[in-house]
Amino acid sequence: MILEYLARMSDDLPALQIVAPLLAAAICLIIRRARAAWAVAMVVAWGSFASACVLLSRVLAHGTISYAEGGWRPPWGIELRIDLLNALVLLIVTGICAIVLTASPRSLEQEIPREKHPKFYAIYLLCMTGLAGMTITGDAFNIFVFLEISSLSSYALISQGTTRRALTASIQYLVMGTIGGTFLLLGIGLIYMTTGTLNIADMAVRLAEVGPNRTVLVALACVGVGVSIKLAVFPLHIWLPNAYTYAPAIVTAFLAATATKVAYYVLVRFVFSIFGAELAFTNLHLDAVLMPAAIAAMFAGSFVAIFQNNVKRMLAYSSVAQIGYMVLGLSLYSVSGLTGGLVHLFNHALMKSGLFLVMAAVLLRVGSNRIEAFAGLGRRMPLTMAAFVVSGLSLIGVPLTVGFVSKWYLVTGAFESGLWPVAVLILLSSLLAVIYIWRVVEVAYFQQPPEDAPEIREAPPSLLAPIWVLAGATVFFGIFTSLSVGMASAAARMLLGIEL
Amino acid sequence: MFEGGLYPYWIVIFLMMTGLYVVISRDNLVKKIIGLSIFQVSVIMFYVAMGKVQGGTAPIEAEGFTVYSNPLPHVLMLTAIVVGVATSALALALVVRINEAYGTIEEDEIRELEREEEE
Repeated sequence: MILEYLARMSDDLPALQIVAPLLAAAICLIIRRARAAWAVAMVVAWGSFASACVLLSRVLAHGTISYAEGGWRPPWGIELRIDLLNALVLLIVTGICAIVLTASPRSLEQEIPREKHPKFYAIYLLCMTGLAGMTITGDAFNIFVFLEISSLSSYALISQGTTRRALTASIQYLVMGTIGGTFLLLGIGLIYMTTGTLNIADMAVRLAEVGPNRTVLVALACVGVGVSIKLAVFPLHIWLPNAYTYAPAIVTAFLAATATKVAYYVLVRFVFSIFGAELAFTNLHLDAVLMPAAIAAMFAGSFVAIFQNNVKRMLAYSSVAQIGYMVLGLSLYSVSGLTGGLVHLFNHALMKSGLFLVMAAVLLRVGSNRIEAFAGLGRRMPLTMAAFVVSGLSLIGVPLTVGFVSKWYLVTGAFESGLWPVAVLILLSSLLAVIYIWRVVEVAYFQQPPEDAPEIREAPPSLLAPIWVLAGATVFFGIFTSLSVGMASAAARMLLGIEL
Repeated sequence: MFEGGLYPYWIVIFLMMTGLYVVISRDNLVKKIIGLSIFQVSVIMFYVAMGKVQGGTAPIEAEGFTVYSNPLPHVLMLTAIVVGVATSALALALVVRINEAYGTIEEDEIRELEREEEE
């Protein structure tokens, strides 16, 4: 009886990815106790991660999963469709959600009054609902709805920062994010006009029949602009540094590793699965727009990062550069390039959430993220700073870390496309990362703290454990690449229509 | 689509550009949010115009009617309207908080205050 029930439940796992956090958000609001709300959120987040693992293994064993919501068969009803690509993205998103949530109570106590914690967890879960929904849905309009759910909750999360600048950062993001979302809606409307369907798989078939006409090209342009704003592609990134700097430390660790990653997934899905690479690259020359933007991001982001006095802000600018690498992988239009982009999605989520959690730990113990505050931390918080060094090395792309793996594929992709100057630029921009990571390492390990500095203890275990799980993962997946690279390259082949 | 040509779409484009211009050009945050709403509404009108069929009625089966408008884009816009309302509400709530924290909702004055803070 119970087994039968569980078996039936497990068929509904795709829907539970969305429904469980949505319901749990409401429960968090009702219980009004910080500890209990956190416990509920933890159960749901780790449960989502576990079911994402199950879904991934099922996709690997049996191929694409299609789930008809409410029993309405696609293309009429809303479909949840999980293939290699979004199973991987779902895994990383739910995984990061769960790990960051585990680290959150201590850090939040410092930044947000305790009575507000249940509300915070409710919004956090809503954001998770939106991100998971965007990832697994097979319906284009649904992507818009979930995008807005995750965006609205992330504006609310950012505005919880301790300084008043969090408010202006949040409204700046709100204005830009809404313009992005509306452009995406417009693009989806134009596709609907041409194809008469909202189901992604159905759209792809019919768009291939229609061929390139002006409506389709305008639709792709609208979708491209809309998603690029959410993804923070170089000239459209201006909301990102402020939002990441002034948001609470936990929120930054969470958003930096999930929101832009899901936006990248949506861009890949639209360009390769819906419009088709042929149309995007031959008819609209998407690479001619995205590649210069990506390269500009790699240099501008890293260059500005070097001159920041706030380490959290430095990491935010570094995110702009890292998004550049991901977009570059997409614009190379080759299996290696796209593999590099997708692997970097996975890898960057691990390193950045780790680094931003280190910022949370430093803020908790020292009370500031300014570079002066890091003086002598190498000796006073050795474990935390060691994790910073590991993740930092990965950001640079040192061998045996994940950063090396993704850059390897990007450089290979650039050579395959005959673009050796791009390969050189990838390596040169990595040198800029050496400079900004070294600045922090130098201050932390080779400078003495001021004599009147108060005694500082190592970060609490509840923060240290998640930090080291993430730092360990950057090394683990740098050595055992079969899961991340294997999945990403299989997904890239699938997207480019090359048989396995 | 209307037989009278593409004029609904010109209205949509006009509204869209108006909204975008207001968002870019105004420093007052409330005006910015109004611009944002106009921008969102233009896309809602675009969907509504898309589903309308000349002479079509609501898609309810009845004798004597053979032409129906497409209800799907209209239904989708119910969701988009909710999203729009939620966005405006959240934005206005943030503006209230900004007014409490800075004492102004003019963006240039806020920027001035933030610059002083940094020095």
